[in-house]
Parts: sequence; structure tokens; C-alpha cells
Amino acid sequence: MNAELGQIALILALCLAVSQAVFGLVGAARGWGNWMAVTRPATVGQAGFVALAFLMLVSAFLANDFSVQYVATNSNSQLPTLYRVAAVWGAHEGSMLLWAMILALWSGAVALLSRSLPQGFACRVLGVLGIISAGILLFILLTSNPFSRILPAPFDGNDLNPLLQDPALAMHPPILYTGYVGFAVAFAFACAAMIEGRLDQTWARWTRPWTIVAWLFLTTGITLGSWWAYYELGWGGWWMWDPVENASFMPWLAGTALIHSLAATEKRGLYRSWTLLLALFTFSLSLLGTFLVRSGIIVSVHAFASDPLRGVFILGLLATFILGALTLYAMRAGQLRSSAGFELWSRESFLLFNNVLLIIAASLILLGTLYPLLLALLELGTISVGPPYFQLVFLVPVIPLLGLLIVGMHSAWKRARIAPLKQRLVGIVVAAVIAAVLLSLLFAGRMRTMVLVGLFLAIATMLSALSIPFDSLRRRLPVPRGVVGMAVAHFGVGMFALGATVASAYQSERDVSLAIGQSANVAGYDFKLTDMRMVEGPNYVAREAEVIISDAKGRVVATLHPQKRTYRVQQNPMTEAGIDVTWQRDLFVALGDNLGEGVWSLRLQYKPLIRYLWLGALFMALGGIIAATDRRYRTAGAREATGETVPERA
Amino acid sequence: MNAVVRVLAAGLLVATTALAIDTEPPLPDPDQQARYEALIHELRCLQCRSQTLADSDVSLAADLRREVRRLIAEGRSDAEVKAFLTARYGDYVLFRPPLNQRTWILWLAPGLLLLGGGLIAWRVVRHRTTLVPTDTEELDAGNDRS
Amino acid sequence: MKARFLIPAASVAVLFGFFWYALKGGNYDPQLIDSPLINRAAPGFSTVRLGDPNQPLGLQQYLGKPFVVNFWGTWCAGCRQEHPELLAIAHETRIPIIGIDWKDDHAAAANWLAELGNPFQAVGIDDDGKIAIDWGVYGAPETFLVDAQGRVIHKQVGPMTLDVWRKEFAARLPAGAVK
Repeated sequence: MNAELGQIALILALCLAVSQAVFGLVGAARGWGNWMAVTRPATVGQAGFVALAFLMLVSAFLANDFSVQYVATNSNSQLPTLYRVAAVWGAHEGSMLLWAMILALWSGAVALLSRSLPQGFACRVLGVLGIISAGILLFILLTSNPFSRILPAPFDGNDLNPLLQDPALAMHPPILYTGYVGFAVAFAFACAAMIEGRLDQTWARWTRPWTIVAWLFLTTGITLGSWWAYYELGWGGWWMWDPVENASFMPWLAGTALIHSLAATEKRGLYRSWTLLLALFTFSLSLLGTFLVRSGIIVSVHAFASDPLRGVFILGLLATFILGALTLYAMRAGQLRSSAGFELWSRESFLLFNNVLLIIAASLILLGTLYPLLLALLELGTISVGPPYFQLVFLVPVIPLLGLLIVGMHSAWKRARIAPLKQRLVGIVVAAVIAAVLLSLLFAGRMRTMVLVGLFLAIATMLSALSIPFDSLRRRLPVPRGVVGMAVAHFGVGMFALGATVASAYQSERDVSLAIGQSANVAGYDFKLTDMRMVEGPNYVAREAEVIISDAKGRVVATLHPQKRTYRVQQNPMTEAGIDVTWQRDLFVALGDNLGEGVWSLRLQYKPLIRYLWLGALFMALGGIIAATDRRYRTAGAREATGETVPERA
Repeated sequence: MNAVVRVLAAGLLVATTALAIDTEPPLPDPDQQARYEALIHELRCLQCRSQTLADSDVSLAADLRREVRRLIAEGRSDAEVKAFLTARYGDYVLFRPPLNQRTWILWLAPGLLLLGGGLIAWRVVRHRTTLVPTDTEELDAGNDRS
Repeated sequence: MKARFLIPAASVAVLFGFFWYALKGGNYDPQLIDSPLINRAAPGFSTVRLGDPNQPLGLQQYLGKPFVVNFWGTWCAGCRQEHPELLAIAHETRIPIIGIDWKDDHAAAANWLAELGNPFQAVGIDDDGKIAIDWGVYGAPETFLVDAQGRVIHKQVGPMTLDVWRKEFAARLPAGAVK
């Protein structure tokens, strides 16, 4: 019964989404107040029904209703409850429903929190969101229905892929989608502005907090995915440049550029054309990611089992939304000239360089990801573009970006006022050079140019970011949240760069074969295999090793229990690594195979400062939270409502 | 075709969950061992396509690692090892695309984009600096760092 | 509107054109890897026959006339699926099909052929996988067509069918050679 209710809820949601679109856009175009008045309730209603449908699917999983095909394919009666819920988004149909629900919830939030926007504009924003929702709901109903029944019902289900039976990975899709679907709001604001012909500083100020919130969720979602891959997949990697990973990283890069570009548009009315395009392209890249993962066009472990029909439908949706928006852009772009001026080393310049470099980075990743596909279609053969290419090529825009960031954080609007900061900047540079040299010697006893450059940039960025609020506090000046948020986020960037540089440059890894009682040495730590036994979990059996790690002085540092699990239903082997974590390093042990005669293979790894990578990313997200709650976004609403106009740039 | 895709895809999912650990003793010459380790991290596993030969658990990957090891022990250069593999599997087996007629765009792109971006930035800044004298906007006083 | 503002829309449209072509037109299959062996001399191999280690089996023995090489194993589900088709093909043509038993249990392989029928003129063993690597095999079953000049002229990845035989293999050979 629940599945049928869910199905009906989806159909009702589709009707409401269509209403949202029609009443919103036509009402605003004609100025019909009673039509516009329907838009907000329609949006909230749509959100309610999609959420209801989602809850119906969750209830089918919780109740082990294997007569629902999707539940039978992805769940099992032995699956722990948490993972029965996570299984809802474990495959294509359910994750698409999650996508639709998150879009609907964002739209609902815009409906409820946009009282301070002029009614016509708000209706246009909701109208555009309604078109997107309607497209996605239609896609679900016609090609990817999670509620279809399978009769006779199987006795038990296929079980959730064991790789997905993990708390971090359970949270990863909802958080990631909240991020990349959230950019639809910026997209809708941009489309509404283009339709109205209003592309001023006010539009930028309205868009900014929504964009920052979406961005911070995306940052967190990507970080969770990276952290999960590191501890779950067993070989200590944290970013594989897999096409689907790239598909989430490109909107992140474009989103970062967007946030920064919005700053210049909000403050000085500049770069309106760029900001507009970035708003359109960020969500387009999100949609592109959705397409790549679900159309079967690209080979990836992340890809959902796919169907060319679904691919064609999504491509159709992409073409409608993106080409539609870009056509609007072509019609409006000519009207966006501003007459603001600025000097070479002003904040506007730095933001320009930032935009250019981030867009180059996103373009290079896009090129690398799509290149093999394009060559194959042109019948020029099959090639691979993998981590060695991406790692190298990504550094080309990123190194200048970090260098400019160190100085740019201190820049002032319109004028180049760097001279008074020279003393502070010189201090930062000197301190960073010393720290870079010291760290190099500490970890490796020698220095390598690229590593030194990376360390210098990372540390200088962190110091530079901290110096801004520190300096204001020292002079007893108030520090607005926007500035604190910026400082925290940039500090996070530096910390991330520190973790990435040190972990990549100074890690070590050894594959060894040990019998019980034997040990091996990696990076000065002694790893001794002391025990091997069988253990049982809720839906698996595992072989568990005990490894005792001692440091160079013989003190025991950690006792780890890596496992090799076999999940009962799907019967595939899975490695659960044992990891010892401290602020300075991770020690990582993964269990391999039984080589006979009591000898086992193990992979031992030493990963210095790797935690800073994820911690840095979390600081970035924290900076976003702080910046998004800046007073001016909350009080601006009051000013708008009283009719006070904001002076505009021509 | 669909059946093939599903069979291969099923193989992909199962195999990626287990870990590949080299059980051979390291090559006696540490330079050769270092080259071996670097190479297997750059070569693609042809069954578990998202993994390198170093990390993939499937038997084809183990066989290919054995061949790479054999060639290095015989004194072949990195280029010769790669040529051995590309003669059999094509450029697909290299995660670092080679520089040739088909791929020059990939390798020149960073430089070209940087140049193009630099040009655009230069033109914009040049135009805007000329507008400074005529720009009479008063900006908010106080802490204008955001 | 100025033409240059249409550049974003136009570039995206071109990209979508590529995606459309990938989904609908052409034979795009992202799982297929191009074989560098096509139109090159077939890689030599030298092994022994399944079940009879004294009987050598080598490429040399078959050069001069067209023949087919099929890599298979009892562990491979697709091979099980294609087996009856191979029998039908063997029945239809006089071109020899040479089987290479790839990384397999010899006894199981022999039983398989005894139970299900043997479409192969000869079966060689490849226990260390070297022959498969030399032929660029990455997933069983794979089937190669070698012409009278000893060149590999076609490769099928995945199960063979009678239909594929007729359209892709037999069609590439001169008429008299097939029957």
C-alpha cells in the first residue's frame, strides 16, 4: 500500500511542480497577483509530496517489503536498520528520488524565506525551480520509478553493496546532493534576473547566501567521500580523479568562482556577465555530473547501472534547461556593461585572477574527463586520462592561485593599497619559508623543490588568513562575520594544501608477507602480526588480524585489527583497514590473503599529516557557514521591505 | 551488447572490494624496485578500470605486474615496458596519456588556457584602470574587506 | 544581440551533440578497448594441448589459411553462454577454431568439453596468462579472426553468436574459404 501511496504522491508532486512553474512565470509576466499568490503554496506543497513519497520508500525498506522491486534489489532482511535507510539512495531510482526531494526542499526554503524579495522576482525564481522539478519528476515517473512492484515477491533481497554499508558513505549522497542540487537556486535566481532584465547589485546580494550554503554542503559532501575512500578501500588513496569524482569537483570549482565573483558584483556591480555565466555553468556542471553517472556513457565504479533511454531523457532535460538559460544569457548579456574602475592590485583584480584561474582548473578537468569519450566517438581509438595527468595539470592554475591568494586576501576595493601591508606580508613570507624548510628536514631530512613550494604556499596561506582577523582584533576594530568566514575558509584552504603536500610527498607504503610473530618496518615503525582469528558481524563473517605497532624506541604505539570480511548474501570479500590516527600521522594496515603455512600478506602504510587534508576542507565549510550568516543578509530583508532602494551602478 | 556490459560490470564491482597486495619479494636492485613501483601506479588495470595495476586484485593485474617485473629485471627501460603493454592493449593501458597527434590538445591545454586567461585578465585590468579617474563612486567606509 | 554572446550556448550544443551521438548513433561502447592487433601479424604462441602435454600447439601450425582463436575458461559465465553458439559455428564452417584455455583447471576444462561438446579443432593451455597478454585479452571470452596472410583482421569481445559470426567474421573472408 505504501508504495502505491508513494507513487500517487509523486504524481501529485509533479502536478504541483507544473503549477509552480506556470503560475509563477505567467503570473509574474502578466502581473496577475492572484496567480502569483499560488506559487509559494504550490512550491511548499510540492516539497511536502515529494518528501512523502520519499518517506514511503523509506518505510518500504524498513518493513522489508521485497515486493517492491527496488527494495528487493538493494536490501536484505539481515541488513542493519541504519543501512536499510541508506539503501534508499543506494542505486539509481532511489537516489534520483533523493535528488528530487532535495531540490523540492531547497525550493520550499526559497518559498518560505523570500518574503523580502519583490513578489514578481520571487515567483520567477520559484517558477524556474518548478520547471526543473517537473523535468526531474517526469524522468522518475517515466523511466526510473522506485515504486514498481515485482510479483511474486522474492523471499529475501539482494542486499546492499557492502561497500555502501558504512556510516560515512551513508551520509555522503544526501550531503553531496544538498550541495550540488542547491546550486539550482543560484541558477534560478540568475534566470529570473535575466527574464526580468534586473541584474544589479541587489540580485547579487540575494543570491550570495544561498550559493554559499550550497557550496559548503558540496565541500562537506566531497570531503566525506574522500575520507571514506581512504579508510574503506584499503589502499590509502584519497582522490582518484575518477570521472564521477571529477563530476562533483567541477561544480565545486565553478561554485567557488561564483561566490567570489558575486562579491565583486554585489560590492561594485562588476563582472555581472561572468557572475551570471558562472551561476548558469555551476548548476549545469551539476546536471552534467548527473548525466555522466547515469547514462552509461562513461566507465566508472561510481556509475549507476544504466540504460541508454535514461541517458537520452537526461540529455533532453540538460538541453532544455542549459540551452534555454544560455539563450536568455545571449539576449541579455549586451546590457551588462558597467563603468566601474579599479587599479591593478585592487581586490577587483585579485577576484578577476581568481575567477580566471578557477575556471581554467575546471576546464582542464572537464577536458581530461571527456577527452577519451570524444576520441572514441571520433573513432580515433581508446586512451586513458588518469591521475598522473590530472595531478600534474591541476597544479598549473592552482599554484599561481595560492600565491595570489596570500596577497589578495589583504587587498582593498578599487585602490591598490598593498604598500602599507608590505611589512606584514614580508613577515608572513619569511615565516612560511622557514617553516617549509623545517618541515621538509623534519620529515625527510632533505628538500625537494616542488615540496618546498607546496609547503610554503600552504603555510603562507594559513598565516595570511589568520593575520586578517588577528590584526583587526589587535586594533580593537569589530570583525564582521563575512570577514571571519573568509579568514576561516582561506585558512582551511591552506591547511588542506599542507595535508595534501605532506601526505603525498612523504608517505610510505610496503607490501609484506608475515607469519604470526613476525614483523616489518615502515618509516621507523615496527608492525608485528600477533594474532589471527575469525569474527562474526551482523551480516558478515570476517578474518581478523591483530597487529601491534611500536615506534623506533620500542614503545607500543597502537594495536590494530584489520579485517577481511565476507558478506553472507553477496559473497564478496571486503577489506576493512586498521588505522591508528594522531595529529601527526596515520598508520594504516590492510589485510590481504592467506599465503599458506600461516603466512599472511599485509599492506602497511605511513601517512604523515593526512588528517589536515579533511580538516582543512571542513574549515572551508565552517568558513562558509560563518559567512552566510553575516548580518547584512539578515537585515537587508528589512530594508527591502520598507522600500528603500539600493543605489545601482549603471 | 547489454549482456556483455552487465557481465563485465558485475566483474568490476566485486573485484574492487578486495585489495591487491604484491606477494613477490622486492627486486634485488632498489632502483629497479622503485621504477617497478612507480610504473605499476601509472598503468591501468584492464578489468577493474578505475584501479591501477598496483591496487587491483584481479588475476589479469597480477599477471601484468609479473610481466612488468620480468621486463624490468631483464634490464628494459620504462619506455620499453610501456611499449610492450601498448603493443598489446593500446594507449588505454597508460593512465598518463602519451604525447602524440591525438593527444597534443590535452598536453598543451594548460599552457594555452593560462595564456588565454592571462590575456583576458590583462585586457580587463587595462580597461578598468582607465576608468578610475571617472569613477566617482563612494565606497562604504569602515571595514570593507568582504 | 552580439554573436559572441551565443558562444556559450553554441559550445554546449556541440558537446550535447557528441553525447547524443554516443547514446544513439554509432557503435559506441564505453567498455570496449580498441585492439592494436587489428591488421597486424598475429602474435606467435607456443604451448601444449589440453590433456596431452606431449602434443605441442603453436601458431605456426595454422598459418597459411584463415582460422579463429577463442580464449575461454570454465570460470567464465559468458563462455558458458557462447558455447552452444560456437558449436553451431563449428558446424557451419570448415575454418578451424582454436581454443585457448585461459588460467583454468585442466580437469574441469576437459570435463566441460566432454559434457557440452567440443567446437575446437584443438585446445591449448595458457596457465600463466602470457598468451592472453600477448593477444591483448582483457576479459573472456574473446575471439579473434586470423586471415590467410596471418593477420588478425577482427576481434570479438564478449560471447560469440552465430549472427556475429556471419556478419562480422565470415563476411570478412573470401567466399570460398568459409564453407
